[in-house]
Amino acid sequence: MSDATVGQVPATRPRFHFDRWAPALLLMAAVAIYVAACVMTGQTQYLNWSNLLAVVGRSIALGITAIGQTFVILVASIDLSVASLISATAVLASVIMNGAPTMIVPAVAAALALGVTVGLVNGLIITRLDVNPLIATLGVSLVIQGCLSAFVSNFAGSVPPEFQFFAYGNLAGIPFAILFFFALAIAAFLVLRFTRFGSNIYAVGGNQDAAHFAGISTRKVIVITHVICSLCATLAGLYLASRLRSGAPWIGANGVYDLESIAVVVIGGTVLAGGRGGIWGTVAGVMIFSLIDSIFNVLGVDAFVKQVLRGAIIVAAVALYAARSRRIVG
Amino acid sequence: MISTPAIEMRGIGKRFPGVAALNDVSLVCHAGEVHALVGENGAGKSTLIKVLSGVYQPDDGEIVVDGSAARFRHPVDALHAGISVIYQEFSLLPERTVAQNIFLGRELARNGMLRQAAMRAETRRVLDMFGAGKRIDPDALVVDLDVASQQMVEIAKAIALNAKVLVMDEPTAALNEAECRKLFETVDALRAHGTAVIYITHRMREVTRLANRVTVLKDGEIAARFETVPQPAAIVRAMVGRDIADFYAPFAQPDELGATILAVRGGGNAALRDINFELRAGEILGFAGIQGAGRVALGMAIFGALPFETGAMTLAGESVRFMHPRQAIRAGIGLLPGDRKGEGLALMQSVRDNGMLTSRALGSLAASHKRNRFADLGRMDALLDRMEVKAASYEQEIRLLSGGNQQKAILARWLSLEPRVLIFVEPTRGIDVNAKARIYHLMRDLARAGAGIIMISSDLPEVIGAADRILVMREGAIVAEHGRGASETAIMLDATGEKEAAA
Repeated sequence: MSDATVGQVPATRPRFHFDRWAPALLLMAAVAIYVAACVMTGQTQYLNWSNLLAVVGRSIALGITAIGQTFVILVASIDLSVASLISATAVLASVIMNGAPTMIVPAVAAALALGVTVGLVNGLIITRLDVNPLIATLGVSLVIQGCLSAFVSNFAGSVPPEFQFFAYGNLAGIPFAILFFFALAIAAFLVLRFTRFGSNIYAVGGNQDAAHFAGISTRKVIVITHVICSLCATLAGLYLASRLRSGAPWIGANGVYDLESIAVVVIGGTVLAGGRGGIWGTVAGVMIFSLIDSIFNVLGVDAFVKQVLRGAIIVAAVALYAARSRRIVG
Repeated sequence: MISTPAIEMRGIGKRFPGVAALNDVSLVCHAGEVHALVGENGAGKSTLIKVLSGVYQPDDGEIVVDGSAARFRHPVDALHAGISVIYQEFSLLPERTVAQNIFLGRELARNGMLRQAAMRAETRRVLDMFGAGKRIDPDALVVDLDVASQQMVEIAKAIALNAKVLVMDEPTAALNEAECRKLFETVDALRAHGTAVIYITHRMREVTRLANRVTVLKDGEIAARFETVPQPAAIVRAMVGRDIADFYAPFAQPDELGATILAVRGGGNAALRDINFELRAGEILGFAGIQGAGRVALGMAIFGALPFETGAMTLAGESVRFMHPRQAIRAGIGLLPGDRKGEGLALMQSVRDNGMLTSRALGSLAASHKRNRFADLGRMDALLDRMEVKAASYEQEIRLLSGGNQQKAILARWLSLEPRVLIFVEPTRGIDVNAKARIYHLMRDLARAGAGIIMISSDLPEVIGAADRILVMREGAIVAEHGRGASETAIMLDATGEKEAAA
């Protein structure tokens, strides 16, 4: 190599980043398998617009939670308290509303305040007390669940019909909840892609020391992402209260929203080590999960076998990313 | 030149628990000059730079910027004062673009929304300043760039911050010859531009090529200060502080070399191709090359950690094929990893436990120390004594020991197994001069006792001083062989593959 070439040869070797496109490819594969399954079993009546909406609609609560989870995982943290928080907000909102339309605004405000509080507590325990996020949020989750179970054991309060619009209403022929989910996803995408805060999130997750040395207040970024995550869990709780017309202390745990939200984020290509990934991967992850369920339903797979296959698919998907993005060192 | 220095460090002292890392160190650098800071590993260069950049707070002394005292409580304070440091481990985010990295933490924004076009344009302008604009796309991901370009991005980041003082910590460590020349031109441009450059290195030709003044650090103190660049020999003497003659152990005498103990024929895998060499009993065989040339991969292949996929290997005449380190260890091969903390030590365990790590892994669970030498603690203690491991007690947690003593404990681990072949990866990285000399002599003792030693090191003078024979690697292959006492330049030319740069 001579001097002349050093100046001109582009230093960039354009590469196809398989791991960046994997969620989209997986989603396309899931859609193809779903269509094939419907055609092969002669259930083509499921291949229409309203069934597509139904497939998406089944995962709204998981999707909203996973959007929040994406933020904390991007800063290399994690939140195991979302399931308990979902139960807590659903019960809180349902009890405060107690069937009265006038109480909708106070109930929502109280729920959001609870979300901010839990997020702050999680974030501060992690950043100030230096507790591992897994343990910190697990502890907070147990505290929330314990407090909740001390007061209620089954459905408590009720949600007025006006508030049920969240889960059952339609706008321009599309369920309001689906529009809400995509609006939230777009907002999250804009924050991550186009704001300084979003840029800081990737910096903190990518290399906390480098971010610190660049003058980013890493603790603040981590705390705010936890508040965002908890707020999303709160929204998911409100949605479930609206859909179930009341709140119960077991709805969060029943939906396994803590572990499933982490699973869809990871299937969506966001790495647990932080700094890489994004919202559209998570949205794809949610859809893939939803489609897998639908495929099993169409094929009439036994419920327990379904569980086993879902577990296997999560592991296989993540192993696939790991195998393809491995870089040789030495 | 009578002017206010751009940066002045006065009487800096820094103590860590149990060690005085820096003692009364003063350093002055003016605008438009390159001040070379040289010293052995562990001499205190990195600590000094971390004090300057606000990572550490000094215990004594003060930092004066443009004539007024400054106090950096946080790295950002130093950045605001115009001091940028380019560390050996880059602080770039590999998954973000060049522009995003250059504006890390100070993104241009309007109403909280990023001004991506403006940042892209500014990135291109800064890269163009030293002719890298055509090569490096502001939108490229840093992970896709080669090491030299990543370094350009680091420099661009500092320039975009309008750094008045730029500290470069061994910037050529991972560069080839042409890239080095490019870097030197960039340093010249920075100097002409009025930047004060503090340039850390241990390569004499870089000092000669670039520096206006030289300061030598040794054991945390100023060993020498030169207002003009002296003969390299004077710098080396100040750096090492002892006679080179007994720093390294003597080379092997012809009658000390035995039969071939290890031979590799046509070895290859994802990182290596067509590896052929022989190692004799009693020989120290050095492997030189730039980072990523495949030296460590070769060590790992012999050790069975990243096995060969093709070719054949014989150990003492017998054909062997190791698919796992366990097999290699059983056959008598040991490896001292380069990343001591990451790969070599159980930090929270005692010195003795660390010494026994491999023995216990290989001994059976029911082994009694009376019947099984793998479980004999008395023997381990005797080894640790013989190697002069300095610890309060062998029950002390090993993380509290100095790097040199940690390395000796790892060496004891292998000695207790009486290996036939021992592979040293970066054996003296981060340890002090005297411990280094001790390691070199221990290597020679082992060789004299009949073992074959493979020494993989990025520290070229050490390979030249300690190895009986040197193989040079480039891009996964062995490209040249040199006898004892080869010149640094000759080896570097082979390592970088640039014959024409000889002039």
